[in-house]
Amino acid sequence: MPLDRRSFFGLAGAATLGAAVGVPATLAATGQFKAFAGGSAVNFYGDHQPGIVTPMQDRLYLASFKVLDVSAEKLKSTLKEMTSAAERMSRGAGAGPIGAVAGQPESPPDDTGEALDLPAARVTFTVGFGESIFDNRFGFASKQPVHFKELPRFAGDEVTPERMGSDLVIQVCADDDQVAFHAIRNLIRISKGTLEPLWLQSGFSGASKAVASPHTPRNLFGFKDGTSNLNVHDSSETSRHLWASDDWMAGGTYLAVRNFRFDIETWDRSALLEQEQVFGRNKGEGAPLSGGTEFTAPDFAAKTATGEKAIAIDSHMALAHPSQHGGAKILRRAYNYSNGADKFGRIDAGLMFLSFQRDLETQFVPIQRALANNDRLNEYIKVIGSGAYACPPGLKPGQYWGYQLFA
Amino acid sequence: MTTPKITLKVVAILATFTTALSLAGCTNPEPDVVVSVKQDATTCELSQTEFGAGIATFAIENVGETTAEFYILKADAEGIVAEVENIGAGLTRELTAELAEGTYIYSCEQMDGGTPIRGELTVTAAKVAATVSPEAQAAIDAYKAFVEDEAATLLAGTTAFADAVKSKEVSAAKALYAPTRVAWERIEPVAESFGDLDPKMDAREGDLDPGVAWTGWHALEKQLWVTGLQADAPALADQLVADTAELVDRIATIELTLSQVSNGAKELLDEVATGKVTGEEERYSHTDLWDFDANVYGALKAVEVSRTILEAKDSQLLAELDATFEALNSELAKHKVGDGFKLYTELSPAEVKALATLVEACSEPLSKMTAALVK
Repeated sequence: MPLDRRSFFGLAGAATLGAAVGVPATLAATGQFKAFAGGSAVNFYGDHQPGIVTPMQDRLYLASFKVLDVSAEKLKSTLKEMTSAAERMSRGAGAGPIGAVAGQPESPPDDTGEALDLPAARVTFTVGFGESIFDNRFGFASKQPVHFKELPRFAGDEVTPERMGSDLVIQVCADDDQVAFHAIRNLIRISKGTLEPLWLQSGFSGASKAVASPHTPRNLFGFKDGTSNLNVHDSSETSRHLWASDDWMAGGTYLAVRNFRFDIETWDRSALLEQEQVFGRNKGEGAPLSGGTEFTAPDFAAKTATGEKAIAIDSHMALAHPSQHGGAKILRRAYNYSNGADKFGRIDAGLMFLSFQRDLETQFVPIQRALANNDRLNEYIKVIGSGAYACPPGLKPGQYWGYQLFA
Repeated sequence: MTTPKITLKVVAILATFTTALSLAGCTNPEPDVVVSVKQDATTCELSQTEFGAGIATFAIENVGETTAEFYILKADAEGIVAEVENIGAGLTRELTAELAEGTYIYSCEQMDGGTPIRGELTVTAAKVAATVSPEAQAAIDAYKAFVEDEAATLLAGTTAFADAVKSKEVSAAKALYAPTRVAWERIEPVAESFGDLDPKMDAREGDLDPGVAWTGWHALEKQLWVTGLQADAPALADQLVADTAELVDRIATIELTLSQVSNGAKELLDEVATGKVTGEEERYSHTDLWDFDANVYGALKAVEVSRTILEAKDSQLLAELDATFEALNSELAKHKVGDGFKLYTELSPAEVKALATLVEACSEPLSKMTAALVK
């Protein structure tokens, strides 16, 4: 019988994790607290793809792919195989039906094995198609959603061609770094010969399960990021701002990817006062500079004692706030990243900004344009990657990624 | 260039910061005020009716049922000092006025035919202005003189450069390009503080929104080194001279604080770290080391003019600044060729790395200079 990581992990593992986070072992042992213990599986199937309204996991791997010169049939069979692998890994099982250690000894295993002893860790897979796939190579031209196209170039963008939008993107998230890596690695392995990875970026959320109450994670500038996010529990917000309703994309959503490199060193030398003015919020609490606490609505008319605007009009928060964009909201799902040191001896780190929205043209682009032209934060950041993707609705058992395009 | 508006704001914030700090020893550190006003047909409530002279902002909320107006009148009620009309029912509008010491009358009026509701406003004497120590003033004056000198040099050089461009003397224009920009790079934070001039004069390709025309030094740099002079070259050259003349005019009227001088020095080295060390500033001419040297020169100038104050307030920091600047300058000197420098493309990765490391070493103590000067 194939080794199923989740069953292998089993009750003993749940008890251990449960104990580690202070859940009574007896409760954990019954399996009730698996979700809490980080060993849970997120349903692969549903009306929407997982990894969008799923509460943010700790870790990210984002991979961008180019489809090689293959037939539509070949692409279809690869996508089918990748879908099966993803579904199995979502359950905590191996990538292939046989598993890492159960196969024929003369054959390479159909799972790479590094996640054998690990829980499913809420691993999710989210797939998006870039504008370039809607051409004549595979007969998808007629399927391109009417309002969907690549992001425009924004002021200051320094994006190299390989970091622009691509044919396909896969977002893998999980609460465990090794589980997330295992997931993307196996998909890349399975897709060899059909897909070529253009880049692969890992990330960490900055959220902690060790603190009692939910909190807004901080970016690498040390500020809370995502305070005014879309409320995924409010169906009127998600239907208005998140889920698409056009044709085969109904129930899907559109993803914007922006890779911000941070000038960590110059930021670290800037005064606290300057840092807070750049964001428009204070650093400790995350409260607007007009006063209150983190979730107090900003008062853009408020003045300081010396008569200046408390929140500068070109501060990051003032430019990005929904109230400045006719109430337009987006679902941010951004991850911090670090790629070691660059050739100048500086830390290569930043933010992999990911946001999901119903329509890129009316929601994301105006916000990004306002930021690109005026944001005081631009002094400390550089955009080195950018892309737009159509993320189809969720799958039912038997369906596969991109089946709508082959229909 | 970097994003210009930011620099402008940094300057503005630091101005505020300095003022607040300098006044902290006095009472009532705020000469300016926000007064909230709530009015309807029968009431007119002000959050305060007595405050110091300066800029006052009135936030008038019309809780009445008809459109409203709000006036500040002279004490004899004969003349209007400031007014805001057409405040719709339920809306809030702002009125900002500079009020000198004296007595005024405020007047809440609803457009329902009723009588205005009036009261008296007392504006007291303005608070004592921030005092600047003689040492600080001397430092500011010295730095201002330096900026004015460099700006004058820049204008003369830019005019010669523009003439060469207009007469299609490409090699002459190329020879003038880097040496002329030295004056700009030495005073870059001040030049950048004029948010509208910097993007016109120093934007790199791709810095601007795709809808905005690309002008200035780097547009001409690309033509001179890559594409050859285009039809718009004379217009670009004229525009650059006009913008430089405008810069000189504005610099003549600028008022600096010591914090701005010091913070400007930090920004200069940030510029080096993010633009010059990476070879991105002069991507066609590869004359980044000219800019590099000029930025360092400008930063060191801020240290020089502040030397007396730093000696008294933080001599250890001054010693560290001297040592790190000396190390950086001697490394730079290795790449001198005649009156200028090697091209960025002639540097080995190890040489670039060595420069980058020394810039960081210099930037760290420099980032502490503002706090040391104002403490």
